[in-house]
Amino acid sequence: MTDNTVANSNLGSLEYDPAPESASIARIKTSYGLFIDGSFTEPSANEQFVTLNPATEQVLATVAQASTSDVDRAVAAARHAYETVWSKTTGAERSKYLFRIARLIQERARELAVVETLDNGKPIRESRDIDIPLAAAHFFYYAGWADKLDHAGFGVNPQPIGVAGQIIPWNFPLLMAAWKLAPALAAGNTCVLKPAETTPLSALLLAEILQQAELPPGVVNILTGDGATGAALVDHPGVDKIAFTGSTDVGRLIQSRVAASQKRLTLELGGKGANIVFEDAPIDEMIEGVIDGIFFNQGHVCCAGSRLLVQESIADEVLRRLVRRVEQLRVGDPMDKNTDVGAINSAAQLARITELTAIGEQEGATRYSSSCELPEKGYWFAPTIFADVSQSHRIARDEIFGPVLSVLTFRTPDEAVAKANNTNYGLACGVWSEKGSRTLWVAQRLRAGVIWANTYNRFDPTSPFGGVRESGFGREGGRHGLEAYLNV
Amino acid sequence: MSDERLDVRKTYKLLINGAFPRSESGRSYEVTSEAGEFLANAAQGSRKDLRDAVVAARGAQAKWWASSAYNRGQVIYRLAEMAESRRAELAEHVALAEGISTKKAERVVGRAIDRMVWYAGWTDKIAQVFGGANPVAGPFFNFSLPTPSGVVGVIASQDSSLEAFVDAVLAPIAAGNTVVAIASERRPTPAVLLGEMTATSDFPAGVLNIVTGFTAELASTLATHEDVDGIDLAGVDTDAADELSAAGAASIKRVFRPRDIDTASSTRRLRAFLETSTVWHTIGQ
Amino acid sequence: MSTAPLRLISREDHGVKIPPSNTLEAVASETQLRAILGSLSGVDAVGVEGRAAKLATRSIKKSTKLRAIDLAISMVDLTTLEGADTPGRVSSLCAKALRPDPRDLTVPSVAAVCVYPDLVAHARSIVAVSGVNVASVATAFPSGRASLNVKLLDVREAVSAGADEIDMVIDRGAFLAGRLGQVFDEIVAVKDACGDAHLKVILETGELVTYDNVRRASWLAMLGGADFIKTSTGKVSVNATPPVALVMLEAVRDFAETSGRVVGVKVAGGIRTTKDAMKYLVLVNETAGSTWLSPDLFRFGASSLLNDLLMQRLKQHRGAYVRPDEFSGD
Repeated sequence: MTDNTVANSNLGSLEYDPAPESASIARIKTSYGLFIDGSFTEPSANEQFVTLNPATEQVLATVAQASTSDVDRAVAAARHAYETVWSKTTGAERSKYLFRIARLIQERARELAVVETLDNGKPIRESRDIDIPLAAAHFFYYAGWADKLDHAGFGVNPQPIGVAGQIIPWNFPLLMAAWKLAPALAAGNTCVLKPAETTPLSALLLAEILQQAELPPGVVNILTGDGATGAALVDHPGVDKIAFTGSTDVGRLIQSRVAASQKRLTLELGGKGANIVFEDAPIDEMIEGVIDGIFFNQGHVCCAGSRLLVQESIADEVLRRLVRRVEQLRVGDPMDKNTDVGAINSAAQLARITELTAIGEQEGATRYSSSCELPEKGYWFAPTIFADVSQSHRIARDEIFGPVLSVLTFRTPDEAVAKANNTNYGLACGVWSEKGSRTLWVAQRLRAGVIWANTYNRFDPTSPFGGVRESGFGREGGRHGLEAYLNV
Repeated sequence: MSDERLDVRKTYKLLINGAFPRSESGRSYEVTSEAGEFLANAAQGSRKDLRDAVVAARGAQAKWWASSAYNRGQVIYRLAEMAESRRAELAEHVALAEGISTKKAERVVGRAIDRMVWYAGWTDKIAQVFGGANPVAGPFFNFSLPTPSGVVGVIASQDSSLEAFVDAVLAPIAAGNTVVAIASERRPTPAVLLGEMTATSDFPAGVLNIVTGFTAELASTLATHEDVDGIDLAGVDTDAADELSAAGAASIKRVFRPRDIDTASSTRRLRAFLETSTVWHTIGQ
Repeated sequence: MSTAPLRLISREDHGVKIPPSNTLEAVASETQLRAILGSLSGVDAVGVEGRAAKLATRSIKKSTKLRAIDLAISMVDLTTLEGADTPGRVSSLCAKALRPDPRDLTVPSVAAVCVYPDLVAHARSIVAVSGVNVASVATAFPSGRASLNVKLLDVREAVSAGADEIDMVIDRGAFLAGRLGQVFDEIVAVKDACGDAHLKVILETGELVTYDNVRRASWLAMLGGADFIKTSTGKVSVNATPPVALVMLEAVRDFAETSGRVVGVKVAGGIRTTKDAMKYLVLVNETAGSTWLSPDLFRFGASSLLNDLLMQRLKQHRGAYVRPDEFSGD
């Protein structure tokens, strides 16, 4: 090969310049009140707290801490709206409200994505391409059920339950709000929603959207606050149904608190997902799937593939490729369009991840962490892989909820299934193989609510999501997702 | 000297493959309101127009089915948006065509739009409601998937110029079929309007095709056309429907004829043009 | 997969005489070839397309974009492959290859011009030893439907006329019919006929259709001695696509690891805009790696792409969109 011209020099690599999304579209207010009965209102006890941008530790806004009397007000508003307006609204009309909301989310998508990234720390590419579109799609899907509940498989003219109290986590703030509100409203319930305390902003923006959609006041109420607000909502006698997504520990508490009441309950809790890789897996796509399974959303995913169960015959090769791939992950400013892995959502979560990772090292697993540079300010954790992990290690059993993968091996399909099931959780698993019969055989035997074959972290409003055993009960999405909100 | 501005009159054309041609026969016929006023010289569609429409519908069907159910729902919902924004115009046309009051016509239009919304919300539920896993007695994963029949011919109601038209064309379209519709002979203008709205609703060309003209002339061409998989006979009387059904038997057409049980909540029209594809896959290590 | 350096057939003589397919030696080779190709991992189509789509969202801006545009320009094989080509047409092409923008000498020249064999001498007379190579298609391009003798003569004539690079086509009919040994043998024979010229092997991925086939054909070509593997002739309806390029980049990366030999990738056909080119450079960067970010190891087979690159380059400098007529049409 002859030399090419002068201009060829120094072209050996392609370092991407910063490609920041502009935050100016966000228009975040200095402070927010509670959204009760169709409008924003001051909290009764005038208590507030701040929400931070976890990538910079800067304060984004002050939000209200809803007290028990605020919870009373909200539940009363939801009850009033239910009895006087919403239960008298036909399915066709409810459908049209939900379609409006879906369209408004699409129209304000960019704004919502930016707010979500600033408040949560997830990369803008994910908010833009996954969170917001799925949230809109969820409303579209359930909009279409509101006027055809007769066909949902729960008998003719199924009725709603009443007032739903809904508590959501910080990992997919807007999407979780959509997962809760859309089916509840489609089925004819009214709602009191409590977003997570570290990520209230997209829900508050959603409240504005509900106003724009002219949803009747009181049909949806949004109360910001911490665990105390959540507890007040769970305990409130005026609430007919509780839906909770969060940790298994809190799920246990909630379940015990509502046990003596008539309240319906659905729980979507933690997981320790096993990504099972057979030697005939499509190797490059599998590497992507394993990486995505644990590092997508910084590992803050209940269904994360946090355990890799790899067939021993290919374990070395797979580990080599994983380590190589981890180095390529772009960790940094969530507002940069080229960022793959963003900030850890809070100092508390970072502390937990750090603690468990240290335990992993102490337990004797071999640690590989990305050599990526981490920013000075903010909460950051380098993507990490632990090899030589055993079933008995805590990092194989405890949910870390961070960008940490534990790698274990197996020899036969039986052994893979046994190891995958050797947990009290049961949310999601992955199976990688080109042999369909084996994939189905494994899937049949896995104790999990969601099984991904040759893919991972795929969500769709039509596809029911939820866990078995201590990962919770009840399903969100699909026809099944209506059951939680119907009196059937 | 009158101050009144001269209006620009509308030509009511066919809808074939996303374009609005006149009939290849060059013919047109006079459409009047129920009260006898001249409304339009509508295209008098020919057998060849129908043939072209079927080619267009067939050409579009594979891609329409291959798009996601979500996407199909979005397209149909957008039609509802278009219709809503042109509600007054639709009501005026319905009032004139059917000889009813504006108020009544507005209610008809409202119901028709709500029907569009109904169907928009069906696309991504059909598989869940009409399909499912089957617990066969053996180590097999077995599931049934509803799939569209293909190209559906609709001979639309003669009397209900918009509401029944919407129902007849959107049910098969929501299920993934493409449609060639013969509009009401005496009351075609609301259907033509709806066709125009599909052009601004991201409807891919060929998904809905509308031919206006004389039902008696056109019906049997559609009902016997072998590349049409299903036929909806709402717009012909019982005797004609009997004949056309028999004619369709030569190509084992799926025939839909209105019945008493067809309430607003009925899914019979949806199911009429759905096939069921059942897959078996072994389960084993 | 074996981690030892691969040497499939230990034959000394790679002359025209290929043993007939019913001899023991050929059967043994074909068996070995099948074993190696058969042991390659499958490709999940949904996964590979998803990855390509995700990488297409990379935002290439500012100085990265300027560097990438210049890099892309230097990677272009400026191509004319029409029945109606004349020396005049080739002269224009070569002039543009040497100086894409005569008013801006900082614009790099392209990597090569690519022409039919009977125009090689003329092209050579213009580009001479400028650093722009002369690439010639050969082996009964684009269909490849001719006897091996005819195909090899085609190659030899192009080489003696002055071609630095030969772009051959594989026999897709033989590949799809499973005659992998035959496809392999032809590549070996063509490589031999190339002499010092550098061989690109066109897989015609649009006709191979599946990603599994693309992976296997890539390995087969590399085992046969290809210096570059190339997606397409540009003469069929489906040419280069990002997922296909991704599979080929994975193949050259893995082949380099197992054999120690570094093979290049050329994407051809349907790449018209700077945006397209940027997508491919991102794929190279994030799959095979920065070693391949060089005209020595990555090429764009294109014609209209060059003007779009020039327009984007000028736009970055001027700050405003420019007219297509700013640059020569050919």
